[in-house]
Amino acid sequence: MSGASMHNPGAKPMNLTLHVWRQAGANVAGRIVDYPAKDISPDMSFLEMLDVVNERLIEGGQDPIAFDHDCREGICGSCGVMINGAAHGPMKATTACQLHMRSFKDGDDIWIEPWRAKAFPVVKDLIVDRSAFDRIIQSGGFISAPTGTAQDANSLPIGKPDADLAMDNAACIGCGACVAACPNASASLFTAAKINHLAVLPQGQPERSKRALAMVDTMDLEGFGGCTLFGECQEACPKGISIDAIMQMNRDYIVASATKVDMKEWAGSA
Amino acid sequence: MSWQMRFWSSTVGKKVVMAVTGIMLVGFVIAHMLGNLQMFLGADAMNGYAAFLKSTGELLWVARAGLFAAAVLHIVSAVQLTLINRAARPTEYAKREPQVSTLASRTLRVGGVILAVFIVYHLGHFTLGTFHPAFSHTGVYGNVIIGFQSVWVVLFYVIAMASLGMHLFHGVWAGFRTLGLQKRSASPIQRSAALWVAIIVWAGFTAIPVAVLLGILN
Ligand code: HEM
Ligand code: SF4
Ligand code: FES
Repeated sequence: MSGASMHNPGAKPMNLTLHVWRQAGANVAGRIVDYPAKDISPDMSFLEMLDVVNERLIEGGQDPIAFDHDCREGICGSCGVMINGAAHGPMKATTACQLHMRSFKDGDDIWIEPWRAKAFPVVKDLIVDRSAFDRIIQSGGFISAPTGTAQDANSLPIGKPDADLAMDNAACIGCGACVAACPNASASLFTAAKINHLAVLPQGQPERSKRALAMVDTMDLEGFGGCTLFGECQEACPKGISIDAIMQMNRDYIVASATKVDMKEWAGSA
Repeated sequence: MSWQMRFWSSTVGKKVVMAVTGIMLVGFVIAHMLGNLQMFLGADAMNGYAAFLKSTGELLWVARAGLFAAAVLHIVSAVQLTLINRAARPTEYAKREPQVSTLASRTLRVGGVILAVFIVYHLGHFTLGTFHPAFSHTGVYGNVIIGFQSVWVVLFYVIAMASLGMHLFHGVWAGFRTLGLQKRSASPIQRSAALWVAIIVWAGFTAIPVAVLLGILN
């Protein structure tokens, strides 16, 4: 579909009913509140629709719906919300900011809720604190390398399949949809994507076992659930990360445990 | 902390224990099903097979101890993981629509409870004879025929074996993935091998009580 044919100025505006989770702050009770969303263009993005609703709320002297967003082009990972029971809404491999209102029909009811996980506490309305992900990365999602001039690119040959696999896993934007969609609120797909990204590259080898141990343990400590292999995470992931990553994470974790790696004096172990 | 304790304290470690013990139980279930199908070869074959099992003596007890240990570890890790997973989502969504997860994966826990109840009943039914109207320690064939005269008993077996089939449809696939023993795949949620194992085990076990009830075996 070309850009021109997707833009359809003649498209009929839609009238929708939103059921939105409102919660004034972290430690207060929240509830679902209903709002009409009238005259919504099918060409708007989901976040633009929320902008319009918010402008009307502000005009009416009400508190606008707080939601997280930044790039609005599917790369920063901040906009995730649960839309009609699906993480990032009904479109596969699409973040909430890239979802268009043409995915809905006139008269639809739309349920909008924040990610639900003990490790992702609600900050306000639809905004959750995803810093647990940062702490998982801090515990091992890096390589220790002496700084200085970058070496010649060709001095470290990496086969195409490995390079592709590393890139596929590096595509994770840390949005948290995998946690949100998982019945166990497990962060396995996120953690595994980070572990896989480095596990297939030569730079990742020296710390490979320590990384797997540290990141899995941090994931557990942060209060995420375990993996039952429901498969919901892979379906929800806007970047198409495969649950094959989780298999590799487990392999690395098993090898690391069996070889009793020494975690002392390693940057990742706090 | 020893590496074993560290391993067991992690969700991945518990899942690995779950997978290893689950695969042991699957091995038993397949062998048990094949053994039981000798019901269709007649009383002599079945009783002879049972006598052969008993004649293995200590070996039988080693196998029983192994199975018991596997079952206990499987259940303990299942309970602990379930508690961890529940705690990870203290607030449920007002609306959440499962997208791709199978009914089998979502009923693992309740299915597991049905199987646990079944195993207790089943041991009392055919191994100890506690729940059996006319139990004989040497006549396994007769025990099965008499044991399946009740519609309710057969119905319970049919339901339990359906739970087992569902459990295996998810478990056989998931177990090998948890252990990292599958290849990377373009469609990792597909599982034809597990489907076949589930269907064969379900059909093989269900055939016996149903055949007795219908009078095909008597
Ligand atoms: C229709 C299905 C089944 C039939 C007809 C059946 C029949 C039997 C019989 C006759 C025995 C006693 C064997 C003997 O002591 O010589 C037995 C034992 C046993 N069965 Fe089953 N069984 C069935 C399904 C299952 C399933 C699905 C499981 C496990 C999930 C299971 C677990 C056991 C166990 C643990 C024992 C005890 C083994 C031992 O004492 O060493 N059975 N079964
Ligand atoms: S794995 Fe996918 S769903 Fe999970 S955080 Fe990364 S991009 Fe988001
Ligand atoms: S706002 Fe950046 S991914 Fe949606």
